[in-house]
Formats: sequence, C-alpha cells, structure tokens
Amino acid sequence: MARKQFNALPGFGLTMGFTLFYLSAIVLVPFAGLLIRALELSWADFWRLATTDRALAAYRLTFGASLIAAVANAVFGTLLAWVLVRYEFPGRRFVDAVVDFPFALPTAVAGLTLASLFAANGWLGRYLVPLGIRGAFTPLGVVIALTFVGLPFVVRTLQPVLQNLEREVEEAAATLGAGRWRTFAEIIAPSLLPAVLTGLALAFARAIGEYGSIVFISGNLPFKTEIAPYLIVLRLEEYDYTAAIALAVVLLAFSFLLLGAINLLQQWASRFQPSS
Amino acid sequence: MKRPRSTRILLAALGIWLGWAAAGKEVTLLNVSYDPTRELYQDYNTAFARHWQERTGDKVTIRQSHGGSGKQARAVIDGLEADVVTLALAYDVDALWEKGQLIPQDWQKRLPNNSAPYTSTIVLVVRKGNPKQIKDWDDLVKPGVSVITPNPKTSGGARWNYLAAWGYALNKFGGDEGKARDFMARLCRNVPTWETGARGAMTTFVQRGIGDVLIAWENEALLALKESVRGEFELVVPSLSILAEPTVTWVDKVVNQRGTRAVAQAYLEYLYSPEGQETAAKHYFRPRLPSVGQKHADTFPKVNLFTIDEVFGGWQKAQRTHFNDGGVFDQIQRANR
Repeated sequence: MARKQFNALPGFGLTMGFTLFYLSAIVLVPFAGLLIRALELSWADFWRLATTDRALAAYRLTFGASLIAAVANAVFGTLLAWVLVRYEFPGRRFVDAVVDFPFALPTAVAGLTLASLFAANGWLGRYLVPLGIRGAFTPLGVVIALTFVGLPFVVRTLQPVLQNLEREVEEAAATLGAGRWRTFAEIIAPSLLPAVLTGLALAFARAIGEYGSIVFISGNLPFKTEIAPYLIVLRLEEYDYTAAIALAVVLLAFSFLLLGAINLLQQWASRFQPSS
Repeated sequence: MKRPRSTRILLAALGIWLGWAAAGKEVTLLNVSYDPTRELYQDYNTAFARHWQERTGDKVTIRQSHGGSGKQARAVIDGLEADVVTLALAYDVDALWEKGQLIPQDWQKRLPNNSAPYTSTIVLVVRKGNPKQIKDWDDLVKPGVSVITPNPKTSGGARWNYLAAWGYALNKFGGDEGKARDFMARLCRNVPTWETGARGAMTTFVQRGIGDVLIAWENEALLALKESVRGEFELVVPSLSILAEPTVTWVDKVVNQRGTRAVAQAYLEYLYSPEGQETAAKHYFRPRLPSVGQKHADTFPKVNLFTIDEVFGGWQKAQRTHFNDGGVFDQIQRANR
C-alpha cells in the first residue's frame, strides 16, 4: 500500500519539476546533442575512428595515468584527511586551505608551473633529471599533473565522514581487547572505505576529462604522451568533427562504466553501514 | 567594485543609443584574427577608425578576437559573427568556404596580392652566444639539439615552420622527396614538446628556458628580440625560407546580414594603403608596398624565399599531403615512436 509520505515542508511538485528541468538543461541536452551527432556515423566508421592505434595509445595513457593518480590520491588523501581531522596542530587551518588550492588554480597555470618545475633546468628538474627522473614531457608528468588536480576530491569527501566517526567506538574496541591493527582493519577501515571510494571515483572522473594542465607538461608526443582529450582537439583542428565525436563517445562510455563499477564497489563496501 | 553585469550591459546599450542619437552612424566590426597580430591590429584599428570617420563621418568600433588560426576559423564556421577574418594561412580561410559556405570560392582574388596585405617568413631564434652553433636548417637535425616548434596539426604558424624546413631539404637534396622526409623525421625527433600554438611555443622557449632553438614567425622573433632587454636571444636567418602569406577577407554571409559590407571591405583595403603598410611594418610584418619596404629595409633581414605555390602546389595540396589525418606528418610521427 503506497501511502503519501508526510513532509514538514510542502512543494515536492515544484522542486522536483525544477530538478528535472535543471538536470535536462545542464546535463541531458548537451549529452543528447553529442549522441545525436554520433548517430550520424555508421557503426563501422565509428569503430574505425575510435580504435586507431593512436587512439588506443591515448586511451591507455589517459585511463592508466588517471587511475594511478586517483589511487595515489586515495592513499595519501586519506592520510591527509586523517591528520587534518584528528590532530590539533599550529597551522592546521592553513594546511586545510592549501588542500583547496588545486580547485582554485586555473589548470593551465598549474600545468605551466609544473612543467617549468620539472623541466631539465627547472627548480626540481635540475636535481631529478640527473637521477633519471624526468617529470616533464613524459607519462610521469601526466600522472603528476593529474595527482595535483585530483587531490582535493579525496580529502574533501573524507573529512566529514572522519569527523562523524566516533572515537568511542575505537575506544570500545580497544577495551574489548582489539589491538591497534585490528581496530584499524575492522572498525575504522570499513566505515571509511565507501567515502574513500567515492573520492577515488571523483578524482578519477575528473582526471579523465582533464586537458588544461596536461597539454603543458606532457609534451603531446603521439603514442607516448598524448592524452585522449588532446587527440580530440587535434581532430577538431583538422575539421574532422566525426572523428572527434567518436573519441568523445568512447571516453564517455568508459567513464560511465568505471563510475558504475565503482558504485557497485561502494555498495559492497557500505554493507556494514546502517541503512537509512 | 564591479557593477552587476546586467547593469553594465544596460549602461552600454544606453551609451550606444545616445551615441547613435548624437553623431551620425555607429558601426561595429568584429575582426577574428590569429595569435601574433594582437599588437598590429590594436594600432591599425585606431588608424582605420580615424580614417573612416574623416571619409564618411561614421564612427566605427572594431572588436578583436585572437587565438590559434584553425580554432578561430572553426569558431566562425560554427557561428561566431566575424565581419572580417585575418588568419595565418589561406587554408584556414578556405575552410570558411569549404566547410561553411560563408564566402565564395574565389575569395582570394578579391584583394590584391592573393589577399595577403603583409607577409612574413620563418626564422630561427637561439640563445645568447648561440651555444649549439646553429647556422641553418641543417643544424636542427643534429642529435642533441632540442628544437621548439608548435604542433602543425593545431597551429598555422607551425605549418609554415614545417613547410619551410621541408622546402629547404627538398632544395638541398635536389628534389628527392624520400630524403626530404628523412630530414623532416630527424627534425621531428628533436622536438621534445608539441605546443598547441605559436605563442605557447614562444613561452616555452623564452620564459621556461626549454630548447636550443625556436622556429618562429619572423614578426614574433623580432618582437621577442626587442623585448629581451638583456639580449638573451639571437636571430638566425636560414639560407632559405618560405614566404608566409597571412590572408584576409570579409565574411559575406555576416556582412550581408549586418549590412557592414562597405566598411568591412574598406577596412581590409586600407591595409594596403601607405598608412596601413606602415603600421604592419612597425609591427614587424613585411609590407607589400615597395616604398614602405625600402624605409624599413634594415628591420627585415635578407632571406631567399620560396612560395607555397612553387614548392607545394598551394595550400589545399600541402594540407592534404602533409597535415591531414594519415598524411606525411602523421606517418613521420608514427615511424618515430
């Protein structure tokens, strides 16, 4: 029996209508536009344009580097969030503000700065390059740039969750005889995991679409350091709209699949959470 | 504090309306151009506005848009309402006809000198003292020399760079295409980063200190030299280079709609006048008018120049052979990986 749920505030119809309109105007209409243009392609053409060896090399770099960067951020971002929430120390608010820096900085500026830093004659590059660590114009540079832009996502997703995590539970675990490791593995980790995965997914999705910072640090060498979004721009410059759209659709499909997979993971990970 | 946007728009509209009521007619033109012409058109627009008011009594305001040449052409095809385009190469203007039917096919014959009121060429810029002893195109293919040039796929200037080097190699090897391709492949191997545009490549070389030699527009190189107060850079003039012809035209579809054909045409024609030519020369573009050329003779180094029509049979053919998907440039990059 469906019973009308009671709400303290009226206006479901109005707000729902607005939600649908807003989502359509901002997300669905452009998305449909892309798909309609993609439909101009025959399946065989689409497949040929989307799977050239150059495109495959670009996908490998884009997804590979994005994944590495997202995982690195998940690990170190968690640590960062933990420190920021759990400990009081001088300059904490400043550190907290610095985390947002990659959000605020235009990505092109970030890319330029990082490239100058890691170039053979840059501040860091002059010490790292003799050691064989080349950060500019290599796939490593792509990972560095993506780690930079993705950092805030993990930290900002985790912070509220950590704040709500009750210390008493850990203390209870300790009283009941659990060691430090067991407390972490069985009490803390399971309640943090869904948030970590969300942060990872956000950082990953952000990295796949990233363009501005990477074109400066990657060097854009075909087959080596050319990312998929850059290849799309190249195709547009050749007035080859269809090839650009084919590549865009592949990126989009991949992102959806990965986001879907991570959602499933999240559900699995939050099986211990009390359901609302 | 800034006023809210709507207020500013209202005020601007009011201003235009008042201007309309007070003076005769007020026209605006949009000139969609490529990267290195910023300074040139800033100057030229004031000169033309003065000239146009003297001639007709009308007030003309010219708005500018700058960016990579190909990107700008695409914006116009996609609906940016440009009254005139002043782009880096004829191929990009051709696209307005081919992809958008915005101009007639024979647009290039509408103005003198293939619709290129000023020209430029491609030169080399090296660091102070020329530590790698770079004298000519040959030195760019030596191992260990790092060459900065933008990506010909995305940059009009880079296409001129590439064709200049190719033309030199072709001449050197007596027209042997295979050897020219080999030369080009070795040159491409020395490029550590493919920047998207000429200004980006310039920044990489000048500000970030990357690379031993920069292949650049002559006008950009001369500007960089003028601005480097401590003489950090030197110009190297190759023994042979290409005559780069940036082309201009009015966009028929837009000027018909907006009723700006007369002023748009006059705007471009005035580029050929002594005053227009003088402005171009001042900003390091080579003037067409011999009298202005003589006056600025010591600004522009003597270079042996070939044209794209002589060596490559025009832009359409050069683009198809070298730069389109699967063309020679793609093949070279594939082989170099």
